[in-house]
Amino acid sequence: MSPPVPEQLSRSVETLYRSESGCVLATLVRLLGDLDLAEESMHEAFAAALESWPRTGIPDKPRPWLISTARFKAIDAMRRRARFDGAQRDLVTHMESRVNDASLEDEEIEDDRLRLIFTCCHPALSPEGQVALTLREICGLTTEEIARAFLVTPATLAQRIVRAKVRIREASIPYEVPAPQELPERLDAVLQVIYLVFNEGYSAAAGAQVMRAELTGEAIRLGRLLTELQPEPEGPEPEVMGLLALMLLQDSRRAARTSRAGELILLENQDRSLWNREQIAEGVALVEKALNSHRFGPYTLQAAIAAVHAEAESTAATDWRQIVALYNQLMRIQPSPVVHLNRAVAIAMCDGPEAGLTQIDGVFEHGGLANYYLAHSARADMYRRLGRTAEALASYEKALALTQQEPERQFLQARIRQLK
Amino acid sequence: MKYVCLGYYDKAKFDGMTESERNAMFDRCFEYDDHLRANGHWGGGEALQGPETALTLSWKNGKVATTDGPYAETKEQLGGILVLEARDMNHAVDLMTQHPALTYGNVFEIRPVGEMNEVVKASEQRRRQKVTR
Repeated sequence: MSPPVPEQLSRSVETLYRSESGCVLATLVRLLGDLDLAEESMHEAFAAALESWPRTGIPDKPRPWLISTARFKAIDAMRRRARFDGAQRDLVTHMESRVNDASLEDEEIEDDRLRLIFTCCHPALSPEGQVALTLREICGLTTEEIARAFLVTPATLAQRIVRAKVRIREASIPYEVPAPQELPERLDAVLQVIYLVFNEGYSAAAGAQVMRAELTGEAIRLGRLLTELQPEPEGPEPEVMGLLALMLLQDSRRAARTSRAGELILLENQDRSLWNREQIAEGVALVEKALNSHRFGPYTLQAAIAAVHAEAESTAATDWRQIVALYNQLMRIQPSPVVHLNRAVAIAMCDGPEAGLTQIDGVFEHGGLANYYLAHSARADMYRRLGRTAEALASYEKALALTQQEPERQFLQARIRQLK
Repeated sequence: MKYVCLGYYDKAKFDGMTESERNAMFDRCFEYDDHLRANGHWGGGEALQGPETALTLSWKNGKVATTDGPYAETKEQLGGILVLEARDMNHAVDLMTQHPALTYGNVFEIRPVGEMNEVVKASEQRRRQKVTR
């Protein structure tokens, strides 16, 4: 038995795992061309670190140490398999030369992570598989942590990851950044996964689950990574900047969104001094850059709307006309019922609840939002402001029946109590 | 994290193997176990003697009842347990996926160990209070 690892060292290694495992894994995938083997050898490299670092100290550059240790472990693993399977022998020789000649430049390593994101978010994988795989392989979260964040059992989540990996193998999904002609569509899929991760954390940030709030942080980290996809002078795709801006601006309100008791606080009632100014400045700068490109899309427009809110001192001082104009643009490129609904709410802020109600009724006539609690809640709010209490109550009740999120339920119940 | 892997085997099938078949299986399995040990994944483990050697205890009508044989009479019997040190459930799955025992028709059930520290602490506190009272 090896002597116990000092607690401080094992904590440092854990911190290192968080920051380095994504890079180390991605580079190993490039060197080995096999996700499972890359993961196995990475875990073994970290285990080797725990064994030898108490004697040698942590190396100045842990990342190359981990990568090179892992590649020896991988070659060992291949040799071990070859002992029972002659067919693997040639492969081992081939791999050894490939692994030894590979480049370990920092720049190359950053590219490795991007390649791996595109693999994890490949459209041939199920959406939930994409999300789980991205969080585990790119962000270095454990199966158990991801399962907690998505309120499923670790066994269920472990299976999603196993299935996604099998699919990568069976469909021979390559580890590469897509070709330029494919890039817009594939990038779109990656942005979707990142925004899904963000929303999962954001919409439940008020819950008792700290892990869910961490998801927003991971999503922002991924968004930043993507902005490195295209270096200057062209710089990142406008929508990549748009999504990062959107997440930064929404997340800037986190501290103001809930009361100490975990109750949801609406935008109009939030203490704006709690908003994160640094994040707002970064988000606004990104939005401006994206808008100037004139090639922006829905994420940039949503970010622009969030930026208008972020820069206003109060609900009353908000430039609602500009928000309606932005929603009009958004409606043209992404005419979804949800966008329609948000536009209706902005119109109500400009022209009063009557005008908003007409718009919302229009959304319901088009169908599609009958089971969306926010649509009923928005409609209830218009009725309430118009003094049509009975209709307001009925709409709040409908909204309440449609949501399971605890802070939202508390908010709706409070509104119902006020009206009764 | 620790994961307990319960290994189940088909006793009839095992009994039907020749000695050299069995030895080949043992060699491959133990070789893999050594690999797990060498890489810090081995948290312990034991093979079990056959289910016919089991004695099962239970509480019936206010006293202990003993029965010959295993608690559950099934075709697949518990043949051994392995405690795995792994980073997470998928790491445990990856490690066990490569275990040669699987290719011989054995089945592994992987379970995370229960985190009992808090429960134990609370229990100790209750018992201390009982003593001081």
